[in-house]
Amino acid sequence: MSVLIFIDQSDGQIRKASHEAISYGAKIAEMLNTTAEGIVLGTVTDSLQDLGKYGVKKIHHVDNALLNHFDAQVVTQVLASAITAVGAKVVIFSNNVDGKAIAPRLSARLKAGLVAGAIALPEIGADFVVKKNVFSGKAFANVAINTGIKIISLNINSYPVTEVGGSAEVVLFDTTVNEAKVKVGAVNKVTGEVPLTEAELVVSGGRGLKGPENWGMLEDLAKALGAATACSRPVADAHWRPHHEHVGQTGFAIAPNLYVALGISGAIQHLAGVNRSKVIVVINKDPEAPFFKAADYGIVGDVFEIVPKITAAVKKLKGI
Amino acid sequence: MKILVCISKTPDTTAKIAFADNNTKFADQGVQWIINPYDEWYALVRAIELKEKDPSTIIHLITVGAADAEPVIRKALALGGDEAIRVNTSGSDSFTIASQIAGVAKEGGYDLIFTGKETIDYNGASIGGMVAELLDLPYVSLATKFDLTGSGASIVREIEGGEEVCEVALPVVVSCQKGMAEQRIPNMKGIMGARTKPLKAVEPVAIDALTSIVSFELPPAKAGVKLVPADNPEELVRLLHDEAKVI
Ligand SMILES: Cc1cc2nc3c(=O)[nH]c(=O)nc-3n(C[C@H](O)[C@H](O)[C@H](O)COP(=O)(O)OP(=O)(O)OC[C@H]3O[C@@H](n4cnc5c(N)ncnc54)[C@H](O)[C@@H]3O)c2cc1C
Ligand SMILES: Nc1ncnc2c1ncn2[C@@H]1O[C@H](COP(=O)(O)O)[C@@H](O)[C@H]1O
Repeated sequence: MSVLIFIDQSDGQIRKASHEAISYGAKIAEMLNTTAEGIVLGTVTDSLQDLGKYGVKKIHHVDNALLNHFDAQVVTQVLASAITAVGAKVVIFSNNVDGKAIAPRLSARLKAGLVAGAIALPEIGADFVVKKNVFSGKAFANVAINTGIKIISLNINSYPVTEVGGSAEVVLFDTTVNEAKVKVGAVNKVTGEVPLTEAELVVSGGRGLKGPENWGMLEDLAKALGAATACSRPVADAHWRPHHEHVGQTGFAIAPNLYVALGISGAIQHLAGVNRSKVIVVINKDPEAPFFKAADYGIVGDVFEIVPKITAAVKKLKGI
Repeated sequence: MKILVCISKTPDTTAKIAFADNNTKFADQGVQWIINPYDEWYALVRAIELKEKDPSTIIHLITVGAADAEPVIRKALALGGDEAIRVNTSGSDSFTIASQIAGVAKEGGYDLIFTGKETIDYNGASIGGMVAELLDLPYVSLATKFDLTGSGASIVREIEGGEEVCEVALPVVVSCQKGMAEQRIPNMKGIMGARTKPLKAVEPVAIDALTSIVSFELPPAKAGVKLVPADNPEELVRLLHDEAKVI
């Protein structure tokens, strides 16, 4: 029996979300008095031993280039054989793009209960109960997993990366890898930017910014903070900003440490994508804007006057 | 071409979220039910667009739900689609719902199975992957574009921090999100037509749930906003640094 963590990589690098998943899985292993093991698929350039500092003791590496292109069907089969080989009783994923594709397949294959979108450590007693996000961040459900093998996929930015020290033993795991039925062609990645879903700080703009030409001000603030940029739906719909910045019910759901909303009214569908942010700052000229009810800090005023001053103050604070 | 579109019902996006029976049940009195937005705007409308291109296409809608799901599936039929199937069970977890869908799909010989990206109430994003596994089919999740090619489909899907194009032979299960299609509003002809479209209720297969909801909780109330005067934005930066410690 052990806890097995799916360690997600992209272009050979381990994602930050996986550092969270490892920290989370290691803590569950401790709660269950067992060891945390990890599994990595495909060609990796980052050091796997180093991941031991987050508490994983042993990492199974399926070093097969066929796995460099993602196909949930192929990966599921590989993981199923690893779970049997390792005797894993709890399997952890990040609830990111890959996790959302694999965890459900694995659940159906192994008839192992899945909680998708966990936000806290399980309560382990007579039942094994995991808290998850429901109603798009407006509520939580405590879900019992009633099967021998339990699968959890952890929401991004829900569990802190925790360094406990140590180094992981890396072993090669050899297994048959089927040819993918999904063939990957052109890849189009926004390079050099923190992906919005993994960003710790986010600066977001709404219709109150009046037009795409005014986004320079927002980008300056984001740059000073080292933040990713986001926007409300009408802004993306009007093509003022790219679609991959759209947050909310129909866009991305994010949970950064800081979400700064500039000229966004705070409609319930917008809040659905950002209400799990730890600290929300709202700047809006309308004191009645609903967003203030969800905010931790706010300024009632004109973004065009206030934002450049905030940027200057951030730069001063950071000495840049 | 035969397409199965998975339709779920969810509370209206502005519905008040509250719980009853000692926090074990969603309090649904007075709640307006809608088609889950991803199922409607993206999965269903893309299927309808494919049928408009090739009128020989057959679209079936499926919902796993009790009789109270009928108004929602009728509404979906008013947008388009040829007939609907309702599996008569409320389905207690993602796996039981997926098993019902897979059971119907196995008999139906579908080339495409579309789901929404996720339900906006349960936020599982799980049913599509489960259905694909149960049918041993490829699964392309979080698709933003879908086109048929001579031999299969060309799909653009989300990846972490970007998108990629992929090619796959049919049949395939696809979960659909923004980009797939433009939202439509049902017209009078659709609404009238939907009344006579077949809506068949089938009995569920026996399946054990893998998980169960023990209770619901509402998030703790926010302490309330701390307002900083507009003429002193530097104070905001100080608070974020010294008090909130996020920058
Ligand atoms: C089913 C459904 C799904 C939806 N999904 C989403 C979603 O995913 N994401 C999303 O964002 N929306 C979504 N919406 C739309 C949502 O309801 C709102 O319409 C939208 O969020 C409003 O965007 P906004 O705040 O940018 O614009 P507005 O509502 O127009 O607000 C602009 C704000 O800017 C303020 N302002 C104007 N000028 C200034 C200034 N100079 N300085 C400071 N403040 C100023 C105004 O006071 C106002 O509060 C959805 C709607 C539906 C029905
Ligand atoms: N009860 C249901 N009946 C039919 N389809 C469903 C049902 N629940 C979910 N789905 C489909 O599965 C998708 C993902 O749901 P979920 O895994 O619950 O987030 C939804 O967008 C629907 O397309």
